[in-house]
Amino acid sequence: MQKWGPKMSLLEVRNLYINLQTHDNVVQAVRGVSFSLEPKDTLAIVGESGSGKSMTVKGVMKLLPKSGRIDAGQVIFDGRDITNYSDRQMRGLNGSEISMIFQDPMTSLNPTMTIGKQIMEVLREHEKMSAHAMKERAMELLGLVGISSPEKRFDQYPHQLSGGMRQRVVIAIALACNPKVLVADEPTTALDVTIQAQILDLMKSLQSKINTSIILITHNLGVVANIANKVAVMYGGQIVESGTVDEIFYQTQHPYTLGLIASIPKIHDDSGTLKTIPGTPPDLIDPPKGCPFAPRCDRAMKVCHLYPPTYTQISDTHCSACWLQHPYAQQAAGEEGHHE
Amino acid sequence: MKKYILKRIVYLVITLLVIMTATFFLMHSLPGTPFDEDKISKLSVAQQQQIYAAYGLDQPLYVQYFKYLGNVFQGNFGTSTLYAGQAVRSILASRIVPSALVGIQAVLVGLIIGLILGVVAAYRHNTPLDYLTMIISVLGISVPNFVVAALLQYFFGLKWGLLPVAYWESYASSILPSLALSFGVIAQIARFVRTEMLTVLQQDYILMAKAKGLSPVKILMRHALRNSMLPVLTILGAITVNVLTGSLAVESIFSVPGIGSLFVDTIKANDYSTILGLTVFYSAFYVVVVLIIDILYCVIDPRIRLAPAKE
Repeated sequence: MQKWGPKMSLLEVRNLYINLQTHDNVVQAVRGVSFSLEPKDTLAIVGESGSGKSMTVKGVMKLLPKSGRIDAGQVIFDGRDITNYSDRQMRGLNGSEISMIFQDPMTSLNPTMTIGKQIMEVLREHEKMSAHAMKERAMELLGLVGISSPEKRFDQYPHQLSGGMRQRVVIAIALACNPKVLVADEPTTALDVTIQAQILDLMKSLQSKINTSIILITHNLGVVANIANKVAVMYGGQIVESGTVDEIFYQTQHPYTLGLIASIPKIHDDSGTLKTIPGTPPDLIDPPKGCPFAPRCDRAMKVCHLYPPTYTQISDTHCSACWLQHPYAQQAAGEEGHHE
Repeated sequence: MKKYILKRIVYLVITLLVIMTATFFLMHSLPGTPFDEDKISKLSVAQQQQIYAAYGLDQPLYVQYFKYLGNVFQGNFGTSTLYAGQAVRSILASRIVPSALVGIQAVLVGLIIGLILGVVAAYRHNTPLDYLTMIISVLGISVPNFVVAALLQYFFGLKWGLLPVAYWESYASSILPSLALSFGVIAQIARFVRTEMLTVLQQDYILMAKAKGLSPVKILMRHALRNSMLPVLTILGAITVNVLTGSLAVESIFSVPGIGSLFVDTIKANDYSTILGLTVFYSAFYVVVVLIIDILYCVIDPRIRLAPAKE
């Protein structure tokens, strides 16, 4: 989709395909995803459940379930091609250079291990530190993520903390080794609305403090507008539109993105109904041969059902996979206008 | 915590009292006396009376009951009628040692091997290694321990002559019975550990541990094992009591002078005081094991609190 400049990106994913082997079928969870992440970027990957957004980042970190494997594509991190990294090589990166925040802080911490130990564990794994220095650093991290009285919390177990507090601990663990890329998989979905904003603010402020890039997976466009500078919209295992946050919100191209934005509830709308996109997502065991969104798209043409759309570059940073933006379509529309 | 344990000990005493009372009256309602009917009927009535009086059996049942209770509180469990003249306490003491040694060894061996097998099976889920472990465990559960005992006797005792076939002579005598008993324990523990481990390995914190860059072994040992232990602990209580209080079949095959055979012999002979003593011992042991398991729950899982929270 985007042109690869001479400058090497921090993280580059090229044409990634991920398959999940189920009992007797193969689910094509990710089908040719490409994106790049520059230092200090916050890339939001937006999409509904099952669109492949989580699988994409899990593929990058090699955290796929046993049934999943990368079928094709390339992952280049910090100048290194990590596509074929062994599990052992990946362990050197995970937790130190790339780290991850999970969706549900209620289940992502080990219930039988103290907070302090869980933070120190990642330090022990990646940093050469004395036990004393590790403890100091763990306390410092707890303070950094806004947990009051770190000394007391250090020896507590996860169940003694609230959901928001636990997510802060998860963030502390993820940031312990100053990662270059922080992957946040729906970090606020499981939290109360009031806590969500706090966690997002925390992530924003920490990002500027430690200069990390963030990949944020979410289905909440409000979160995207709040924190991201780049957006990739995923549908049916593919990126259907990507661009800067302004381009996505104000120069929306793809009908699916339009639908998503139209579905955001408006505070002054008193029609009483929530807007939806009718239909269901495609079956990725047998994906449609044309555009995956065509069956639900109110602007679908015959070509959409027959041929997968190619990416059309709208600007240097903005591109969309829709026949409507295809140069021919644009040209035809121009000619049609001319005749009238 | 102290208060809680104290409370549990009070409950223990009450439980034992109830069990003792129930057993006492049940035993006495059984037909027959502790004495050989054929022999005692040949004695004169006066002589019979004398024997009953010697054991206090001539008095009304409630008098016997309170007398017995009084004695028990002084630590006296009476005299056996089957093993004439021997104090129940000393009979029990001598019988418990072999059963306990065999039992503890069986539980330890079973626990360690069962844990290893279960962890390996879960870690290598759906591989030949997993299937092999599960076959071992199905065999362990379905093959009765007296069959295992006979096989062990044949190979280790007769064919290779490594260990004594039977009789209670030295420490070596305890090895084969322990092994025979441990098979069932291995099987049960392995199955539980495997199932629980598989559930735990699906948890988010395991994925998080992977994302931290931990090796599979570290994830297994630090994160998965402890979280898989609770259900194992639950069955471990029942297993321990079962195994430690002796298995009649295995004890008789190896001629272990343990508690299992004592139980059967004394029941057959209506030996009131020994049966009561045994029952009290069994019950007390069970209640204590359950208490220990409950305390261990808290040690393993900080979310479990025995006493109501102070906050």
